[in-house]
Amino acid sequence: MPKINLSHFEAAFLFSLFTSVVMGVTSRKTDQERLRYGAYCFGCFIVFLFAIGWAMKLGHG
Amino acid sequence: MAETTSASMSEAAKPVSAWIVPVLVGWIVPGGGHFMLKKTGRGALLLVSIGLMFLFGLFMRGMMFTPEKGDILTTLINYGGFVCDMASGIFYFAATMFGYNQPDMPGDVHDYGTKFLVTAGLLNILAMVDAYEIAAGKKD
Repeated sequence: MPKINLSHFEAAFLFSLFTSVVMGVTSRKTDQERLRYGAYCFGCFIVFLFAIGWAMKLGHG
Repeated sequence: MAETTSASMSEAAKPVSAWIVPVLVGWIVPGGGHFMLKKTGRGALLLVSIGLMFLFGLFMRGMMFTPEKGDILTTLINYGGFVCDMASGIFYFAATMFGYNQPDMPGDVHDYGTKFLVTAGLLNILAMVDAYEIAAGKKD
């Protein structure tokens, strides 16, 4: 079995992508709403990823 | 009024036999319930997303939980993790059958892998709930 080493960002990016797709697919009523909600979830994940990353960097100095 | 409401609710409520098969198929094969209910596109997206999540977890050498008892927190984590791992259905059973389950190892990549494996199961629970809602007529 191959072994992969992902960076924190890569792992968090993939996690956000797969989770957003499933959350988009399993919620809302129309395809357009699902697409919009999935994109919204993904955007939130990425914004918070950078925000928390910067907060940790600034907090640790 | 109350009788009318309860009558319309009982009319709307579908028998267990209407949704149990899609939910169980959705557990064994992520997205399978959606395929059964002719929601092919959504089923394919679920299968690919949950499958890739699980595969990345395996490739990162994530740990699979076993039901172990200890103090309350250890028991909760191990049993909860075990249930979530099992929720991935055929991916979990195939991985354990072919010996791909890894012991717990220190390291951030392994830790991410463990989270990927658990989250794949949690996402499949979401997919099963969605299959139930479609089969029960609560959602299109």
